[in-house]
Amino acid sequence: MSYLELRGISKMYGDGATEVRALDRVDLAVDAGSLVAVMGSSGSGKSTLLTIAGSLEDPTSGEVSIGGRSLSSLSRNGKAQLRRQSIGYVFQDYNLLAGLSAVENVSLPLELDGVAARKAQVVALESLEDFGLADRASHYPDQLSGGERQRVAIARAVVGGRQLLLADEPSGALDSTNAESVMRLILAACHRGLAAVVVTHDAQLASWADRVIFLRDGRIVDQTLPVVSPETFLADVRNQ
Amino acid sequence: MSVRHALLALLSEGPKYGLQLRQEFESRTGEVWPLNVGQVYTTLQRLERDGLVESDDVSEEGPQKGFHITEEGAVELAQWLRTPPDFSSPPRDELVIKVLVALGLPGVDVHEVVQLHRRYLVELMQQWTRLKEDESRLDLNFALVVDAELFRLDSLIRWLDTADGRLKRAAGEAVLAPQPFPLPKARRRVGAPE
Repeated sequence: MSYLELRGISKMYGDGATEVRALDRVDLAVDAGSLVAVMGSSGSGKSTLLTIAGSLEDPTSGEVSIGGRSLSSLSRNGKAQLRRQSIGYVFQDYNLLAGLSAVENVSLPLELDGVAARKAQVVALESLEDFGLADRASHYPDQLSGGERQRVAIARAVVGGRQLLLADEPSGALDSTNAESVMRLILAACHRGLAAVVVTHDAQLASWADRVIFLRDGRIVDQTLPVVSPETFLADVRNQ
Repeated sequence: MSVRHALLALLSEGPKYGLQLRQEFESRTGEVWPLNVGQVYTTLQRLERDGLVESDDVSEEGPQKGFHITEEGAVELAQWLRTPPDFSSPPRDELVIKVLVALGLPGVDVHEVVQLHRRYLVELMQQWTRLKEDESRLDLNFALVVDAELFRLDSLIRWLDTADGRLKRAAGEAVLAPQPFPLPKARRRVGAPE
């Protein structure tokens, strides 16, 4: 079973003549260890897809399950707990808390989940080390570069063994070198067993994914075929 | 691509044999553009004819024959490096032409045509990105070749995305726009009586 499953998800806003269908019978399954990118223009429904997958919003119809648990069977508290323990979010504008240092930003979700402050700090520091940010642990967000801020945000999203990463234009504000390192980190997290969904309009970003889904007017209209091995591909290129 | 100038560049580092030139050309271009030996020797012969390179020993032919760059060759190389490639007029891009042709064809959904090409380009980009994944294999030259290809494909996808948006907007405007006056059934001759 896939870690994240969306079945027949529709989402309507407004009603009557002003009704807007943001998502229309979307099916999506993301396995542990795989990175799926969702591409679409603005207004295609990709951010709505992410908020529904992350239980931040309920679908009008359809079913979401995360780690085998159906969201519709969970209470509000149950969903909040699932979000704290299993899901990490990464946004374009990093969403770091300005008054907290890097390590405090990363340890915060653990503390909110009841982990003792001291232990949370240790785990957060390890996570920052994994992301090459140990020397930035005590820096505040405004003392970090854009690329570093986003790396802290990713460290925060995956700290404590979260299994689902949801990212909305994670490198939108970064130059291409920093964007690449952000995608490398997300991919490395996937290789450690995380399931990840990245929504973006940027093909360079999407091309890091195992599978790319194309969304148009709230519907999945297409998806990419599996990639061949780098060796096979390079041999083909050389033979052209 | 100018094999001629690439060989001149390699020779500007010092005298080299034909086989060595081929090997170095391939490794410097990330092994993406294979070069056959025949092509190397034909190019060297032309360079020699034009006075841009000289062979070390006229009597010895084959793989052991060494070449070095001449002063004229060095000048030619320096000029070539600083001469921008000709981007002055748009290339006859097959993708652009296909989309333009699709626009005028009855029964063809242009959005579907656009999506088909978009998906293919994204798949290609995924393949090139895979080559970057293993950083230990990624030497500087190869990384630059891969980046160039990714940016080229990306620019095509951006064009498709923009085309898609423009078409959607144009279709919306066509629905909202006032209906044009009905065309006359037959064209009246200028000056003909009412």
